[in-house]
Amino acid sequence: MFNISTQALFAQLLVGLINGSFYALLSLGLAVIFGMLNIINFAHGALYMMGAFCAYFLLNVLGINYWMALILAPLLIGFLGVVLERTMLQRLAGLDHLYGLLLTFGLALIIQGLFQNYFGSSGLPYAIPQQLTGGQNLGFMFLPNYRAWVVIFSLTICLATWFAIEKTKLGAYLRAATENPTLVRAFGVNVPRMITLTYGFGVGLAALAGVLSAPINQVRPLMGADLIIVVFAVVVIGGMGSIMGSIVTGFALGILEGLTKYFYPEASNTVVFVIMAIVLMVKPNGLFGRA
Amino acid sequence: MTTTPIKPVSPAAPERSETPIIMGMIAVLAVLPLLGVYPYFVMQALCFALFACAFNLLIGYVGLLSFGHAMFLGTAGYASAHAAKVWGLAPELSILFGTLASGALGVLVGLIAIRRQGIYFSMTTLALAQMIYFFYLQAKFTHGEDGIQGVPRGLFLGVLDISKPLVLFYVVLAIFVAGFLLIYRTINSPFGEILKAIRENEPRAISLGYRTARYKLAAFALSAALAGLAGATKVIVSQNASLTDVRWEMSGEVVLMTLVGGLGTIFGPVVGAFIIIAMQQYLAEFGQWVLVIQGVIFVACVLAFRRGIVGEAAKVLRRNL
Repeated sequence: MFNISTQALFAQLLVGLINGSFYALLSLGLAVIFGMLNIINFAHGALYMMGAFCAYFLLNVLGINYWMALILAPLLIGFLGVVLERTMLQRLAGLDHLYGLLLTFGLALIIQGLFQNYFGSSGLPYAIPQQLTGGQNLGFMFLPNYRAWVVIFSLTICLATWFAIEKTKLGAYLRAATENPTLVRAFGVNVPRMITLTYGFGVGLAALAGVLSAPINQVRPLMGADLIIVVFAVVVIGGMGSIMGSIVTGFALGILEGLTKYFYPEASNTVVFVIMAIVLMVKPNGLFGRA
Repeated sequence: MTTTPIKPVSPAAPERSETPIIMGMIAVLAVLPLLGVYPYFVMQALCFALFACAFNLLIGYVGLLSFGHAMFLGTAGYASAHAAKVWGLAPELSILFGTLASGALGVLVGLIAIRRQGIYFSMTTLALAQMIYFFYLQAKFTHGEDGIQGVPRGLFLGVLDISKPLVLFYVVLAIFVAGFLLIYRTINSPFGEILKAIRENEPRAISLGYRTARYKLAAFALSAALAGLAGATKVIVSQNASLTDVRWEMSGEVVLMTLVGGLGTIFGPVVGAFIIIAMQQYLAEFGQWVLVIQGVIFVACVLAFRRGIVGEAAKVLRRNL
């Protein structure tokens, strides 16, 4: 029963799960940022790319390995996010949300353009860390260790973020500030600082996804440009009202995309957009969205 | 939290007719090639100006920021290039076919996209445009990365030989003026007033009995068709249709043109289109730096220059421009 085509099916499912991990990490970051800042961060894809480049430089210039990069890159890029928020995004408070989209789109153009100038469009290789080379033969398929790690680690990070926001005291402050920043401020909470750190955290998640993807997809200046559009569709499908919703939608759409690659490869590029169109017709606020 | 919606400056000064300015603009455009400005440059800029005006109809007068307008520019481009080259249709019929194709796509996309407002609308249009891009990337008739090259020009309306640059120029100018005046007429019509009412306060417009979804759909389809007119004309000018016109970068470019000129102003998109196209011409040798510079302009405009050039001028002169 486990013939070649079943193997191919599971292989595509795994690709789908991997992509789903990135969709989930990125849409989670977008949702967290949108909740606090009311900004759709168009630069998310560019910052994801910077996370991957950061890991590449840490390894090739400073000799810092993958495991340290997994911690350092999100911190460094997250700090860049904090600087961007403090110098630019903060000034948009009170303006139409669309200005945030336009500003971050401009930032994405700048970042991607700069990287393209120096690195062209081709990919730079990033080796899989020694501890995670090889794979397991599961009988019905061959599972590369690194890919299994990406899925499990992403899922852990997503669930930890969900727990931190929904179940801890800090998360309660955050949710309260999302609902009514003025009132939370009156209780003595430093809301502007919280907003800045939230943006830094969301950006850090994007950078983390970038580091994870570096050994799978090569490190390219435009690696985030097309991805962010798919993630936008994911966000529209899920609606940004729920943290768990972003995670579930991200993984589910990755898997669906993988299945499409197996059953009808011609549509694999467009399936997420088609689903988005259907969801908008049936449930305009998204699967997990609030009216 | 109160937010300031994107809208044009509404000066308290009495309404003054824009007709003299429109006449002046047409006169200046008409003599540009006679003053030694390269006609091809002006034609390209005119196509983008019309494209930006069509985009501006949505953001400026309905308050909808489409981040996927390249799909209409590109669809009309492919449709008219195919009609002219494969079917051998006359140029005016090819342009008409392209315009109608984009209008039809506009109705379909509009039905889906106008179900959400604000930021979701922008993301939806961007995603749908990407879907259209992948369709053209894979479809046979577009010839993928090569595009449709060597689109014939032929005789416009059976008499005008548009293989001559100057004749072509005045045909393109006529098309631009027709599109511009149609938009101008639309925003000053009762229909346009209802659109502005929807932009200002949609629930209120609904409570007054307007079926706002229909008005938004009509505006979206009109904007798509006019963007298509620009795309179809552009293809006749450049004689090729390519994937460049459907990419998301193109959708971003038209946003930038309109932002630089002034969102929701009458003449802003035209001014912005000429500036951005001129900038691309002069900076072509710098390659990717053009993208970086465009990004810097985006950031600068949003942070410090939200009214755009024409919007600032309108504020100084205290009138609608």
